[in-house]
Amino acid sequence: MIELDTEVGDGAAVIRPSGRLTMIVTPHLRTLITDTVRSGRNRIVVDLSACEFVDSSGLGALIAGLKTARQAGGDLRIAGVGPQIATVLRLTNLDRVLRAHDTVSGALDAG
Amino acid sequence: MARLWGVVVSRHRNGGPRQGLFSRRTLIRVLVVLTLSLGVNYLVWRWLYSVNWANWWIAVPLVLAETYSLVDAFLFGATMWRLRQRGEPPPPPLGATVDVFITTYNEPIELVMATARAAAAIRHPHQTWILDDGCRDEMRAAAAADGIGYLTRSPDWENRPRHAKAGNLNNALFATEGEFLLILDADQIPDPAILDRTLGYFRDPQVALVQTPQYFTNVDDSDPLGSQAPLFYGPIQQGKDGWNAAFFCGSNAVLRREALMQLGVVGYVREVDKAVRAALATAARVIATARAEARAQGPAVTAALDQVAAAVQEARSALRAGEPIAEVTFRFQQRVSDASRSVVSSDVEAMRADLAAIAALPVEADRELGAVVMDDVALERLAQRDWSPLGALESVKALIAAVDVDLAHEAQPVMAMATISVTEDMATAMRLHALGWRTVYHHEILAHGLAPEDLGTMLHQRLRWSQGTLQVMLKENPLVQRGLSVGQRLMYFATMWSYLSGFAALVYLAAPMLYLFFGIRPVQTFGGDFLAHLVPYLVATQLLFLVVGHGIKTWRGQQYSLALFPLWIRACTTAVGNVFFGRSLGFVVTPKTRPTGKNPFPWRLIRPQLVAMVLLVAAAVVGLVRLALGLAPTAQGTWINVVWVVYDLVVLSVVIQAARYTGYQNPEHVEPDNTASQGGAS
Repeated sequence: MIELDTEVGDGAAVIRPSGRLTMIVTPHLRTLITDTVRSGRNRIVVDLSACEFVDSSGLGALIAGLKTARQAGGDLRIAGVGPQIATVLRLTNLDRVLRAHDTVSGALDAG
Repeated sequence: MARLWGVVVSRHRNGGPRQGLFSRRTLIRVLVVLTLSLGVNYLVWRWLYSVNWANWWIAVPLVLAETYSLVDAFLFGATMWRLRQRGEPPPPPLGATVDVFITTYNEPIELVMATARAAAAIRHPHQTWILDDGCRDEMRAAAAADGIGYLTRSPDWENRPRHAKAGNLNNALFATEGEFLLILDADQIPDPAILDRTLGYFRDPQVALVQTPQYFTNVDDSDPLGSQAPLFYGPIQQGKDGWNAAFFCGSNAVLRREALMQLGVVGYVREVDKAVRAALATAARVIATARAEARAQGPAVTAALDQVAAAVQEARSALRAGEPIAEVTFRFQQRVSDASRSVVSSDVEAMRADLAAIAALPVEADRELGAVVMDDVALERLAQRDWSPLGALESVKALIAAVDVDLAHEAQPVMAMATISVTEDMATAMRLHALGWRTVYHHEILAHGLAPEDLGTMLHQRLRWSQGTLQVMLKENPLVQRGLSVGQRLMYFATMWSYLSGFAALVYLAAPMLYLFFGIRPVQTFGGDFLAHLVPYLVATQLLFLVVGHGIKTWRGQQYSLALFPLWIRACTTAVGNVFFGRSLGFVVTPKTRPTGKNPFPWRLIRPQLVAMVLLVAAAVVGLVRLALGLAPTAQGTWINVVWVVYDLVVLSVVIQAARYTGYQNPEHVEPDNTASQGGAS
C-alpha cells in the first residue's frame, strides 16, 4: 500500500508506503513519484514510518525519485526511518547522500 | 562429452563427483608445492648465477619473462589449491520468482527466437524477456507472436552513454521485478532444467550469483579456434569457487536482484560523491575563467560569480563536516538560483529604467518589448537559472549542473551492472565480492551455444575479453580493492596477470633465434647446471597440468596463450591507451554467425605469427649449419635451442589450422544455413 497526501502545502506532497517496500511495489512508487512531480508538486517527502522493510530496489526507487524531483527543480526527502531502514541506508552508504529526517514536517522545513 | 568436461558433467542426480576428491586434491596440492619449490629454486639460480649480463638486453628480458611465468604458476597453484567440486544442488527455494533475460543486439531474429522458445520452455516458473538493443520491429513482432516479453531502452537513454550490454541489462532491471535473473546470450539455448539446477544455491541468503559453463555445439573435437574453454569452465572456476571467487561470465548465470540493486545503490553513492567532489575541486579555476568571460557583462554578473564562489566554499566545508550530499547540493543549487535571480533583477531594473526613458521620449515606444518585460510569466522565466546571464557562461553552467545528486549525464542514476569495462561481468562480480556476497560455480552444462566459426571473429572476441579484463585491472585493481579477501584478490589478479603473457611470449620467441642466428647467449651456460635446474621444474609443471587437466583437452588453451601473442600485446596497449589516455578500444560486437562466401586465407590476421615461424625455421637451419661449421658456442646449447624452436613452432602452428578452418561441419548432415546447427544441439 502506498498513500499519497497532498494536503501539506503548495508544491509539496507526502508519500507514505506501508509494510514492505520491495521490488514488488517499487514500480508503483516510481510512477507515483513521477506523476506527483509532473502534477506540479516537486517537493516530495517519503514518510517511511509505516514501513517495516526496504530492500535495495526500494532504495533504487527513492534515488530515481530524487532525480525526478531535482530535475523539476524540487527535492525528495525521507522521514520516519526505523532501525531496519537506517541499517540498510548505512550498509549501502546511502546515508552519505540522504538525510533521514525524524518527522515529515522536519523534512519539509529543512534547507 | 563427459570426457571433454572431465570431472562432473553427467546429469546423474545422485552419486558422486566427490568420490576420490580428497585424494585428487591432495595430489594436486603436493604437485603445487613441488612445482613452486622447484620453480623458485630455478629462478633464484637464474637471477643469481646464470644471467649473462654481457648480453643484458636479451638476458634481462628473458629472466623477467621466466619470472612472469613463475608468478603465473604460483597463481595457478593458488587457484588449484582449493578446487571445489559441488555435488548435487539443493532444490529451489519455494516461490522464487525469476526473469529470464535474453540479450541481443543484431543477431538474426530466428536465432534469438530459438533461444527464446527454449527459455520459455524452462520448467521452473518464470517470465522470459528479449532485451533487444537493436530495437528491431521484426524482433518485437516475433516476440509478440510467441507471447514472449520484449524490452528496449527507455527514452532516458537517448543521447546518453549506452554502456553496451551492461546498459541493456540495467535498463531491463528497472522494467522487471523477479527476485532472480537468468542471463542468456542470444545464442545460448537453455536446458529446461537450468533453473531447477541452480536456484537452490540461493537458499543461502548471501549467494548473489550462480554461474554455469559455456559450452559450444558448433565445435568438433579438434576445435581449431580453441572455442571450448574446458580448463576455465572446470578446474579454474572450481578453484576460484573454493576461494569464494567464482567469476560471472556474462551468460548462463543466475543473479539475485537484491545483490545487483545493492551494487547499483552503492555505486550511485560512489559516483555522486565523486562527481560532486570533482566539480567542487575544480570550481575555483572555473570561476576564475568565468570572471574573465563575464567582465563584458557588467558588475552584477561578477557579483553573482562571487556568490557562486561563496556557495562552493560553503558546500566544500559542509561535505567535509559529513553533511549528506543531497542537502549540501540542494542548498548550493538554491544559493546559485538566488545569485542568478539577483543578476536578472538588476538587469530588469536597468531595462525598466531604459524603457521609462524611452517612453518619456517623443519617439514611439516599442509596445511589444514593453509588454514582454512587464509580463510576470516572462519575468519568472528570465529568473530561471538557464536564462540568466550566469547561465550564459557555459563553464559555470556545467559546474553548477555537476554539483547535484541526479547524475544527469547518465540514463539511470542506479547502474547495477558495472559499466567501467567492455566486459561488464568480471567487474560486476568483483564488486559483489567486495560487498561480501558469495558466488557459486555449478559445473554442469545447462545451455548450449554457438562459437565463432572463423578466425577474424574469434580474434575480435578474444581481443574484447582481454581488453575488458585489463580495463578492470587498470581501473579497479583487485589487489587494492577494499572488502575482498586475500584469496579473492589473488583469483582476480590471476586472470588479469595471464593476459600479460604476450610480452613473455615475444621474449620466448626471440631468445632462441638470437642464439641460433648469432650465438648470443642470454644465460651463462646451457650446460649441465642449466638442465639440472630447469628440467625438474618443467617436469613438475607438466605433471601438475596433467593431473589438473585429467580428461580435459587443455592443449589448445596452452597453444593459444602463446600463439596469440600479438593480440595479447595489442589488448594491453589499447587498454592502457583507453584507461589513461581516453583513446578508443576499437571495440566490435562479436557476430554469432559465419560470414557467407569463401574467404581467402587470412594472411593479414596472422602475419606476426607467420613471420615468427619463418624466422624460427631459419634460425634452426642457421644454428645447425653454424654447429656443423664449428661456429656455435656449444653443441648442447644449439640442441637445446633447436628443441626450444621446435616447441615454439608446434605451439604457433595452431594459427595456421585456425586460418584454414572453414567452419563447423555437422557430422550428420551439412547444414543448410547458419542457424540450423542450433537444432542439432546435443
